[in-house]
Amino acid sequence: MSWQLTEQDLPDLARGAAVLGTGGGGDPYVGQLLARQAIREHGPITVLDPDELDDDTLVIPTAQMGAPTVVHEKLPRGSEPVDALRALEKHLGRAADATMPIECGGINSMIPLVVAARTRLPVVDADGMGRAFPELQMETFGVYGVPGSPMAIAGERGETTVIDTGADNKHMEWLARGVTVRLGGVAHIAEYAMTGAQVKRTAVPRTLTLALTIGRAIRQARERNADPIAALAEALSHTLYAHLRVLFRGKISDVERRTEAGFARGRATAQSFDGQHELELRFQNENLVALVDGTVRCVVPDLVCVLESEQAEPITTETLRYGQRVTVVGISTPALMRTPEALAVFGPAAFGLPYTFTPVEEAAVGTTA
Amino acid sequence: MRIGIDVGGTNTDAVLLDGRQVLAAVKTSTTADVTSGIVAAFAGLQAQRAFDPADVRAVMIGTTHFINALVEARRLAPTAALRLSLPAGASLPPMVDWPQRLVDAVSGSSHLVHGGHEFDGRHIAELDEAEVRRAAQSMGEAGVRSVAISSVFSPVNAEFEARAAEIIAAELPGVAISLSHEIGRIGLLERENATIINAALRELAAHIVDGLASAVTGAGITAPLYLSQNDGTLMDVDFARRYPVATFASGPTNSMRGAAVLSGLDTCAVVDVGGTTSDVGVLRHGFPREATTDVTVAGIRTNFRMPDVLSIGIGGGSRVRGEAGAVTVGPDSVGYELTSKALVFGGDTLTATDIAVAAGRAEIGDPSLVAHLDKDLVAAALRRIATDVADAVERMRTSAEPLPVVAVGGGSVLLPDEMAGAGTVHRPDHYAVANAIGAAIAQIGGEVDRVYAVEPGRRDAVVDEAKQEAVDRAVAAGASPSTVQIVDFDEVPIPYLPGNATRIRAKAVGELQLTDTKGR
Repeated sequence: MSWQLTEQDLPDLARGAAVLGTGGGGDPYVGQLLARQAIREHGPITVLDPDELDDDTLVIPTAQMGAPTVVHEKLPRGSEPVDALRALEKHLGRAADATMPIECGGINSMIPLVVAARTRLPVVDADGMGRAFPELQMETFGVYGVPGSPMAIAGERGETTVIDTGADNKHMEWLARGVTVRLGGVAHIAEYAMTGAQVKRTAVPRTLTLALTIGRAIRQARERNADPIAALAEALSHTLYAHLRVLFRGKISDVERRTEAGFARGRATAQSFDGQHELELRFQNENLVALVDGTVRCVVPDLVCVLESEQAEPITTETLRYGQRVTVVGISTPALMRTPEALAVFGPAAFGLPYTFTPVEEAAVGTTA
Repeated sequence: MRIGIDVGGTNTDAVLLDGRQVLAAVKTSTTADVTSGIVAAFAGLQAQRAFDPADVRAVMIGTTHFINALVEARRLAPTAALRLSLPAGASLPPMVDWPQRLVDAVSGSSHLVHGGHEFDGRHIAELDEAEVRRAAQSMGEAGVRSVAISSVFSPVNAEFEARAAEIIAAELPGVAISLSHEIGRIGLLERENATIINAALRELAAHIVDGLASAVTGAGITAPLYLSQNDGTLMDVDFARRYPVATFASGPTNSMRGAAVLSGLDTCAVVDVGGTTSDVGVLRHGFPREATTDVTVAGIRTNFRMPDVLSIGIGGGSRVRGEAGAVTVGPDSVGYELTSKALVFGGDTLTATDIAVAAGRAEIGDPSLVAHLDKDLVAAALRRIATDVADAVERMRTSAEPLPVVAVGGGSVLLPDEMAGAGTVHRPDHYAVANAIGAAIAQIGGEVDRVYAVEPGRRDAVVDEAKQEAVDRAVAAGASPSTVQIVDFDEVPIPYLPGNATRIRAKAVGELQLTDTKGR
């Protein structure tokens, strides 16, 4: 069933998208302002449930790629994601019937809303990551056979580039990254054009609704002085992300960051309040794995979320610092993100981690927190 | 000798210092015109300890006047924002996320023109001088008296802001101009917001600073006048006229630094126990640790450097409830009604002040009115306070090192003499005027915050370059070169960019170079 997304939904959506960003994904603040401006100018957005798409509907996802630091300094012109969409339509010789997020965590939950408001196209309630990931090939779309190519990239001068690497999504990512740097470190893209049938087969469904549900659960719990993490667990139990496990409660005791191959990699440790247990967190823009006393309790693609202990405000890997009191939770992901094909693209090995994937609901058994 | 003055919303406090020794300290009421309160404070100091005005080497003033003017949206100048960013940035014009009340109060208008830089120094677009002139003309027609100029990545390269300022100054002589690269750090909207706020306060700043200067001269003092900034360093009068926004958080900063000096500790936690809350801050090498998150002031998101302060709802007026087994203190407080509601004043509400009196830690009101309180309840309430405050201090710690605690404020009698993880709680004399002392002992600083492309093997050279620039800036601002040292350094790699792009922040401070006004 389709529904209308309004300006009033945006704060909850941004908060939920920050949780799904698992420490990365870019701060949704600028995205939220962009979506708000677009809705104020063009009216509310129609959101389509993936199940109601006709099989031959053309859906073109839109997104932003680049460095979050640049996004905060060089604000968009506003027309770039629409320019990317139009360039891809022109290349394909066919107009889109709807747009869709490629990523539901962080700022990219918002960019398709800007496109939808400006073009009056509906946006599909689904995405291809089910969270945030650092690279364009890390998509369920690609895992299940939809190529990212051809993709279009647009900059603020109205310039566009089309990249077509056939079925090789990793090579597409590499070329697109180079173009993005030439465009000043941030660009807007349209990619993974697909039919309604392909959306139903390959996308993680209802993740805009999921982000809204998360954001709303935390806000409402704060308003009635209830435990926001318990409220979040209860809200998630009715979704495809059914299992939330509290992995650890404690205080950050060390943070170490370095830049490698353009990524912010690093690790953080935390001590439990009784001093008896230690958490180790490893991240590459997003949190990748949580180990408690040396045992893996949650690993990608399941979500490792670091939340500020009292208000459950998500903490990004950039703002982690000594002394923060945190609750680290693991959240299970839908089955289509955990198949061997999916794990080959965005499982532990894809990030160079020496662990085999175990679902958080099994790995977190016995955590005392 | 030097004089430190803190002009708060209610009280004006002043101290006369010789080195770090307090010779005289007075509290007077803040007056609407600010200056007559300061004149009264000077007279109070003279009455307490006669001094020759010619022996005063410097006067330092901390004031909340400018932040209050913004919060109350009064006396703000008609202001325009000029942003150099096109074709980028058009989607979110200046003041896009401001409360309408404040946009109206500054009669805010936004002008976007071509320009700005990429992260690596390339131009987004060339500056179009005719376009800037047209914007200036339209500002002139609208009666704008102050202009805020921002340009994308101006903390990396400020050439466009500087050129646009020349054009505006030529077109609109007499209009005040504020440049974003001189005010904030990376993060365009937040830096631009701070710059527009600064611009809107420029006329008020000129007026207040003139008043302060004449009050000082009127007292026969010829020594230079300084205002204290958010980070605990000083600015001279000319700088204060141009950057009033830099005074916004000087109140809590001065209070913390004053407490540290009084106690002789330069790395410590400071707990300021007031009537409603206890505010906990941390000093490292004598300076407050800054908040790492963006700060919202009067509903406007900014990236000022504000001290990181944790407030908990425990103060002298906190309500105390429950039995000895399960007692609570706060977070609600009787506030200014303490003198009518507290038991020791004949009221019917059990407050933290009553607990302090019953425990013999303070003599306030009529102690006989709390003589009946259950001793176990009193002990339990004090334990509750001690636990909650120790917990707040513990949260503010940034390393595993033990952190001593300095207690100030009227409610500090509620705190124990020993605190877990901190040892002895220090209770310095003169704590009631800690903020004026903090102003008096402030130092001079210089700062760098920029994105650097760090080539392989060049990291140490780049770091040295950034540190040297911070030192040079401190000396240029008036610090004595032999005393300048780096007090804060931070480098954060920026993901998704080539060339190991790294954001480096360095801050240097030194003692104020004092010249002898007698020519000795």
